[in-house]
Amino acid sequence: MPITTMAQGLNAALRDAMSADDNVLVFGEDVGALGGVFRVTDGLARDFGEDRCFDTPLAESGIVGFAVGMAMVGYRPVVEMQFDAFAYPAFEQITSHVAKLRNRTRGALSIPIVIRIPFGGGIGGVEHHCDSSEAYYAHTPGLKVVSPATVADAYALLRASIEDPDPVIFLEPKQLYFSRADVELQSAEPLGKAVIRREGRDATLVSYGPCVALALAAAEAAAQEGRDLEVIDLRSIVPFDDETVNASVRKTGRCVVIHQAQGFAGVGAEIAARVSERCFHHLHAPVLRVTGFDIPYPPPRLERAYLPDVDRVLDSVERLQWNDVVDATWSVSA
Amino acid sequence: MICALTRAQLVDMGSITDIAELASSPPTAYAKFLPADSPVQYLDVAGQLTGCTARYPRPSDERLVHMYRNMVLGRRFDQQATALSKQGRVAVYPSSRGQEACQIAAAMSLRSTDWMFPTYRDSVAVHARGVEAAEVLRSFAGDWHSCYDPAAHRTAPQSTPLATQLLHATGLAYAESRRGHDTIALALCGDGSTSEGDFHEALNFAAVFKAPVVFLVQNNGFAISVPIERQTAAPSLALKGIGYGLGSELVDGNDPVGMLAVMDEAAVFVRAGNGPVIVEARTYRLEAHTNADDATRYRDQADVQRWVERDPIARLEKYLRGNGLLDDAAFESFNDEAETAAAALREAASEVRTTDPLELFAHVFAQPTPQLREQRAQLEAELALQAEVN
Repeated sequence: MPITTMAQGLNAALRDAMSADDNVLVFGEDVGALGGVFRVTDGLARDFGEDRCFDTPLAESGIVGFAVGMAMVGYRPVVEMQFDAFAYPAFEQITSHVAKLRNRTRGALSIPIVIRIPFGGGIGGVEHHCDSSEAYYAHTPGLKVVSPATVADAYALLRASIEDPDPVIFLEPKQLYFSRADVELQSAEPLGKAVIRREGRDATLVSYGPCVALALAAAEAAAQEGRDLEVIDLRSIVPFDDETVNASVRKTGRCVVIHQAQGFAGVGAEIAARVSERCFHHLHAPVLRVTGFDIPYPPPRLERAYLPDVDRVLDSVERLQWNDVVDATWSVSA
Repeated sequence: MICALTRAQLVDMGSITDIAELASSPPTAYAKFLPADSPVQYLDVAGQLTGCTARYPRPSDERLVHMYRNMVLGRRFDQQATALSKQGRVAVYPSSRGQEACQIAAAMSLRSTDWMFPTYRDSVAVHARGVEAAEVLRSFAGDWHSCYDPAAHRTAPQSTPLATQLLHATGLAYAESRRGHDTIALALCGDGSTSEGDFHEALNFAAVFKAPVVFLVQNNGFAISVPIERQTAAPSLALKGIGYGLGSELVDGNDPVGMLAVMDEAAVFVRAGNGPVIVEARTYRLEAHTNADDATRYRDQADVQRWVERDPIARLEKYLRGNGLLDDAAFESFNDEAETAAAALREAASEVRTTDPLELFAHVFAQPTPQLREQRAQLEAELALQAEVN
């Protein structure tokens, strides 16, 4: 089997979806001849023609609004936002129309658009190129929000997103574009299923996208210290797989949620609340979060200070009430 | 100027009365994109043909009689809807009284296979497009956000966010042309919308992709309370097309003949694959923004009165009567038809209608997520309990 990068896995998913269905079109900024700034659309314009994969004017609201009109008459547009923070001009189209048209029309209109967004940090990117914007989308009813953590999932989840009848915000971890794997690319089940990446008995680490590898690294390190951690890769934030998460936490009794995005009102807050509500009598400790700080994404030289790392995860794991003592972290704060 | 016909064809049809007038257009490559210096007007306020430059084929007498009927029906519908809103039987209604020439010309310029992208103020156009009056009002009554089937009527939901629908029209028109269909899209907006970013992105995308879209801007003088002078310093909103490479026209929005002539030509032009066009119709919003607005706070009643005198329906009536195209019998028959429809609308508004609250969970996604199923079950239990208590 050939070694494949995540960018190549995504490219293969687009190719196979375009081959399978003429209604799948790819467009956005620089996706044509250039093949996208991360080369995810490399060769599509050449191989499928410039009417199947094409460049648009540089206007994100325009790209998404244009896609809405195309979807209204049966196309399945897959559009690219060049970077996370550059998707914000399209926010109104996404939240007021892409997310709501099915509901607004009582199901008469389907808007099966996939909005691909390179997201997150860890690549030394400058301002506006490293945002983790998943909470904005996850908070909006009507959008599915997906992020792959592996090359195999990049392919399978993108195929499932394109086939999905609902709009999908597809968040591609920039940090992982050039990660490699030796895998067979194949379609998998529909969106909404988390996967257990590592089984363990002592505590559950819940993550998605760029932080799954971190969770696995932390679990390996914890194993050296005698802690047996389970790692869940959510794969889709919406729909959220309560079942898998709850089953794991009921088994382990402890949970840490990890993401790069700021913690306040983030996806981790929602997960911590859900787990607390649903697994209260199984929990031996409060659900903790390891997230970015509540600051704008830092400049490249300070990125390491911001991003969750193995030590921060292990510190949180240590605070999971193993000896039933007051967590000193909270005793110094308000 | 929008010109789907050659100059020779226009001369043959007698539509160009003064060929020197075209010849004296500014000698620039972009002159063909520019709108008229003053609004195109075929009928003056007294209902007399202006003998104007008449660049566009004048609609047939039969079409004008049909337009008159539609305007009478449209106005009565609009008045009834306003009345229902004041009685509280409709939550809110944005009236287009005084804009009937725009509303009806918009609907009449389309084929049934075309698409219309209306705003909240375009209920008369939506109704003229074939959506039942009662169905149009259901969303304003609060039954659901949009209550007609967009695909069945080829009419998008009436857009409340400004200018966003112009991009949808552009994408749809491009999609249809890509499939080899000769469908066009008519995108409606008001003067305020021309300040929104999506307006500009839509014009640009439409021109770049040569999408068959007619953009009709009904400049009715106000964006709620803000007058046009605060929206733009441009001499005409139609001029905004030139920066994007769109043909454009400026028309008297209260002249039914001019409106229909321009809209018909615009449809022919874009359908022929010439790319999009933008039309500014100068009109006036006689009513307040909605029943919840108080227009006396920002405009003078004397101004409103000046526009009442420019009424499009009275203008067309004078023309039709003066030319033996409308007699008392036809006049009464149209008005009777309008009254009957208004009575039916009142009746429909009095019907007790209920929407099942559980439907709130039905259309968020094609299939409800596990979380929505949980929440639906919660509401279902609450409703069952309430029913027991009652």
